[in-house]
Amino acid sequence: MSQGPSVAVETPAVWPMYRAMVGVGLLCGVLIVGVFQLTKPVIARNRAEALQRAIFQVLPDARSSGSFRQTAEGRFELVDGVSGRGPLVHGGYDDAGRLVGLAIEAEGMGYQDVIRVLYGYAFDRDAIIGIRVLESRETPGLGDKIETDSAFLQNFERLDVSLTGDLAAIANPIVFVKRGQKDHPWQIDGITGATISSAAIADMLGRSTADRLPRIRSRLGDFQVAE
Amino acid sequence: MAQYDTSESVRDSDEFIKGLWRENPVFVQVLGMCPVLAVSNTARNALAMGLATLFVLVMSNAVISLLRSFVPRQVRIATFILVIATFVTIVDYAIQAISLDLHKALGAFISLIVVNCLILGRAEAFASRNTVGRSILDGLGMGVGFCFALLCLGAVREILGSGSLFGIPLFHEGFQPWVVMILPSGGFFTLAGWLLLFNRLEQRRSVSAPAAAEALQ
Amino acid sequence: MTGDPLWSIFVNACLINNFVLAYFLGICPFLGVSGKLETATRMGGAVMFVMLVSSVCAYGINALLVAIDAPYLRLISFIAVIASTVQLVEMFIKKMSPALFRALGIFLPLITTNCAILGLALFQTNKGYDFPQCIAYSLGAGAGFTLALVLMAGLREKLELTTIPDVVKGTALSLILAGILSIAFMGFAGLGG
Repeated sequence: MSQGPSVAVETPAVWPMYRAMVGVGLLCGVLIVGVFQLTKPVIARNRAEALQRAIFQVLPDARSSGSFRQTAEGRFELVDGVSGRGPLVHGGYDDAGRLVGLAIEAEGMGYQDVIRVLYGYAFDRDAIIGIRVLESRETPGLGDKIETDSAFLQNFERLDVSLTGDLAAIANPIVFVKRGQKDHPWQIDGITGATISSAAIADMLGRSTADRLPRIRSRLGDFQVAE
Repeated sequence: MAQYDTSESVRDSDEFIKGLWRENPVFVQVLGMCPVLAVSNTARNALAMGLATLFVLVMSNAVISLLRSFVPRQVRIATFILVIATFVTIVDYAIQAISLDLHKALGAFISLIVVNCLILGRAEAFASRNTVGRSILDGLGMGVGFCFALLCLGAVREILGSGSLFGIPLFHEGFQPWVVMILPSGGFFTLAGWLLLFNRLEQRRSVSAPAAAEALQ
Repeated sequence: MTGDPLWSIFVNACLINNFVLAYFLGICPFLGVSGKLETATRMGGAVMFVMLVSSVCAYGINALLVAIDAPYLRLISFIAVIASTVQLVEMFIKKMSPALFRALGIFLPLITTNCAILGLALFQTNKGYDFPQCIAYSLGAGAGFTLALVLMAGLREKLELTTIPDVVKGTALSLILAGILSIAFMGFAGLGG
């Protein structure tokens, strides 16, 4: 096979190097693929459960859910919730399989980093009825109040997002106001000391509702097919 | 990189113990800093990170030691990195399967274990030159020492910064948490504090028992 | 965040979420090379270059892995690319400027284990940036790293002229400095709004 190293200069043989690299590479590959296949179903189940928990939190009347993605033609098609890429809309259904509301994902830049939220839209009441922060890296004790401040969260118990008569746009776009200045049901009043984070929520909800609600509303029929 | 004892008469148990204090990877060798500061803002995250690193350290030490006569010198770093990256990937998927919450909290820092200078350093300095048994012990010792250091950091930061430990609130409602502790700056300060304490203790020890103490650089 | 303007990504990576002072990436070289201003600037430059190249490669590799549905190979391929890039940079510097090569010493190959570079590749993949955004991100990260390194080196050079208690000397002092710098950089957070 290979010669041992000579006294003055080591002459490395090429075969042991290839053998080692390829051998180790194969071993590592097998290990990785094995563990991946083993954990894949568990991870998928975890993700599905976490998603469902979030959906049920923002749509309290829902008992089951389905995930939809918008196709190029503008139609909403049912997809596998955990593997679907792109902004998803989730339908919430009651025991009888009737659509009770839609959980929509939105994201935007907060104070520190990107914030992702899921909000529940009840089309029969023309309002957002719940919100849940999915991902946030806001300053602990300050920005993270968007998840805990009860006065702030009250904004989302019945946030008015009614559409204009022709269902083409939001009648009164969501606006952000300072704490204590809220007079209309489509305003969100912020948290003192966490203005930027709370304004970010208002901003992303405003954009998301303006972009998506008219289209979703006009294609409600797409969501009636329960899983 | 680390200094290591080449004398064959070193007891096996010493391989384990040295990682805990005398050659503690964080406080003495100052290796593997990045994850130490980043994920130690709560005790739970710190412990999870420590355990993940411990797993990778022990497994890669074992495998690299097993393969040590099979891998020629020229390609050793590449194969070390390959092996380490494999176990890090395994740990990543394992954590995702165990708890998505934990995975979100630790984020990309799990994958960053692969560039933890500690693991590569131990592979190069020890595992590639010693038997499997001793390599595992060495990995265990360093790993536990690393966990210990991470816990010290995480506990202090969580107690001062959130008023809790492992999520259990410690103080009454009116406690004003020292928020800077959970922020990155707090990490720097806390580690500096521990290093100061460690240096002070070592100074005292070497002053009081100069003959027995190891020289610490 | 496909909608982010490029300048915002750059500023974010450089100042607001500085890789060293906010994410704790690249601490080893940060503490190790920041003794002298000159080495610090050059290390920063080398890291910036490696970051740019790795970022581009990482984008390509990720696209490939997504296409063949093998996400589990991501970590291994990233680290392989980074290691090769560093090797190339090392050979390049050795040829172009042997003095610089000697000055950087052991820290050049250590860029491979620089968490900042792998961190960059992983973060940009998680955020799903497209190609121009990756470039902006890596340039911002490299600039931020160099900035932090240079600031630290300047501070440490000044401190060499003062008397410091023994226990604090060395790493502990650097860490305290880093903590103060980190707090200072938090002031940039408002830029993002």
